Amino acid sequence: MTVKSSFGVLDKICERRKDLIPFLQGAQEAEGFLSPESIKLISRRLKISENEIYGVATFYMQFRFRPPGKYNIKVCLGTACHVGGGQNFMEVMKINKNLCHGETSPDGKFSLERVACLGCCALAPVVVVNSEVHGRMNRVTFMQLLESLDPSSKAEELPETTESPG
Amino acid sequence: MSSDDLKIETKTSGDGAEAAVGDKTRVLVCEGTGCVSSKSPEIRMALEKTVNELGLGEKVEVGFTGCHGFCQQGPIVVVEPEGIFYCRVGPKDAKDIAESHLVGGEPVKRLFYRHPVTKEVVPHYRDIMFYKKQQRIILRNCGKINPEKISDYEAQGGYQALKKVMSAMTPEQVVEEVRRSGLRGRGGAGFPTGAKWDVCRKQPGDTKYVICNADEGDPGAFMDRSILEADPHTVIEGLIILGFAIGAHQGFIYCRAEYPLAVKRIRIALQQAREKGYLGEGILGSDFDFDIEIFEGAGAFVCGEETALLSSIEGSRGMPRSRPPFPAEKGLWGKPTVINNVKTLASVPVIIDRGADWFASIGTKTSKGTAVFALTGKIANSGLVEVPMGAPLSTIIYEIGGGIPNKKAFKAVQTGGPSGGCLPGTKLELPIDFDSLQEAGSMMGSGGLVVMDEDTCIVDVAHFFLSFTQSESCGKCVPCRVGTRHMVDLLEKITTGKGTEEDLAKLEKLANMVKQSSLCGLGQTAPNPVLTSLRYFRSEFIAHVTDKRCPAAVCRQLVTFRIIPDRCTGCRQCVKVCPTGAITGPRSQPHNLDQEKCIKCRSCYEICRFDAVAGEAIIIVS
Repeated sequence: MTVKSSFGVLDKICERRKDLIPFLQGAQEAEGFLSPESIKLISRRLKISENEIYGVATFYMQFRFRPPGKYNIKVCLGTACHVGGGQNFMEVMKINKNLCHGETSPDGKFSLERVACLGCCALAPVVVVNSEVHGRMNRVTFMQLLESLDPSSKAEELPETTESPG
Repeated sequence: MSSDDLKIETKTSGDGAEAAVGDKTRVLVCEGTGCVSSKSPEIRMALEKTVNELGLGEKVEVGFTGCHGFCQQGPIVVVEPEGIFYCRVGPKDAKDIAESHLVGGEPVKRLFYRHPVTKEVVPHYRDIMFYKKQQRIILRNCGKINPEKISDYEAQGGYQALKKVMSAMTPEQVVEEVRRSGLRGRGGAGFPTGAKWDVCRKQPGDTKYVICNADEGDPGAFMDRSILEADPHTVIEGLIILGFAIGAHQGFIYCRAEYPLAVKRIRIALQQAREKGYLGEGILGSDFDFDIEIFEGAGAFVCGEETALLSSIEGSRGMPRSRPPFPAEKGLWGKPTVINNVKTLASVPVIIDRGADWFASIGTKTSKGTAVFALTGKIANSGLVEVPMGAPLSTIIYEIGGGIPNKKAFKAVQTGGPSGGCLPGTKLELPIDFDSLQEAGSMMGSGGLVVMDEDTCIVDVAHFFLSFTQSESCGKCVPCRVGTRHMVDLLEKITTGKGTEEDLAKLEKLANMVKQSSLCGLGQTAPNPVLTSLRYFRSEFIAHVTDKRCPAAVCRQLVTFRIIPDRCTGCRQCVKVCPTGAITGPRSQPHNLDQEKCIKCRSCYEICRFDAVAGEAIIIVS
């Protein structure tokens, strides 16, 4: 039967597609983000169109398409962190560094991401810098953490922050 | 292998383990994600170093375990066999523990656990109320064994269930045993596990798949992470037994990418299981072949839904499909597939080992076994709690959790994460199981249990959950994509003081519509937080809408910050932290807060030191 004999081909296609997300993860691991070049390479290798790869990659929160900053800050906004004031950290980043979710500062020092839950709820509120977890934070300790990462910024910050961002 | 051989083998391996434990004092450092973030590997290294320096290597063994489920008290160090429980240990304490306790036999009192409310000091693991009232079946090995050593798991009776299945049971018997135990899926919906397995087993065809769903996306739940980090072999054993029962040869563990430590430990465990012949070709000398692959998720909450998870493994956008056909009939690549949660699979080896009747004797009439909750929020003891199904909420919150800290009043408890609901104080005696929670408008969900005190605004929490589900909606079906967006907008109106009574009615109508007409579980349960809040805390919504005030003083647009001049000592701390320069004033004189400039960020409120005589100098009024 023709339909049956085509099953082998279908299996091969399935096998290729299964590798797509692991490949994307590997590429991001290596480069820190998904560059157009790596997407092109994966596309050739797996015989899946670039358009389709972008379709898949943009669906998942994990993938980014711009290089992350030297310090990639992940702010957890799970339930326990929200109740504990996790939103404050996003606001500090907005006020002090003018960064929103998914952005990188122009000098490439900081990038900001919000994540749903890191599973460290007993340490809420939690902030992760690169892969180091900082638990039981508050607004003040978070600002101190930022200063410790970037000591030069402290002097420049003051004049900026006097004007109200509304 | 006959069953007689097995008995002998069990006995000898048990004896061996006991002898090893009896000889040596074991110092076990917790290395779950929570404790690692508080530098527990450094503590272990410091302990190892001091033990070697003191020449205790013969008598003392320093090791590590997975998560104890009491991360709030971390880093945790347990000294066996006495069972002394040290908490909040730092690398500098290693010396004290070694010199005072290990050499001098005098435990370090200042590191003992202290009850946050009663201030009672408890030296022994077994006496801590948090653990005493629990019945740990799913979490039985968590914090007891080294997750990176298969021999530790085997010493606790691990892989005995698999041996029993392979030597003495047929697939039908395995399914029947699980069905008889009354086990229901721990992922949230509570579908009978045995029935699911049975459907899949009866499907024709040679190619079938089994999947462990470890895509624990619910904010506020972390038990799957803990189990995989502390006891990965239990889950692997459960998955192999499932594979045998339905006739699959390939299994997957779909784990969140946000859990790197869990992924690492599963990888190690899989490798060890292969070396020992529990995985691979001809498992334990039979003709059953089975292997497990790990698949890392890529950060999409909806992939916890089983059909979306399948799309994700297939390399597509993680969007759910309509059911039927159910995955048990047509799943991964169109082949029959069983997808079970981590906790469900972790229960399977115990059921096989100790029998369906034993398991069925625990719990309530319709929900058997135990339930694992991640107790967090405004609670004295937060961590993982395992209790028999049917235990009342009050036992969990007051006896195990130790009540609400800082003399605040209890307001609500949120069960089931973004798919569940907020329950008020009147529901505290509710025996929790799948059905009672559903009746109360909430659900078991993945087992998140967030306690809220009087400082938490219910409307804000409802808004939080809904914005979460709204942003995680995959966009496939209209009710979920558009409906949740409108609900978020309405809630935003209410929290900013622009809401009307009409909006409340609209919100309720919309919530019911989304609940009834969404395609998958995400949309069907997304309105639950709003519906239960409206049901039990309507007065708070009314306060926001008609009086334009937030009773808990959380919603920013509805509160003002004030400095009480009599209490302000003029310490300038708040002046330093204010991001907009709204607070001014010379040192030692009461400061001034410019309401025009204030963005209500709470920085000053948080830094303002509590003055024992006068109270807080900065207050929030609604």
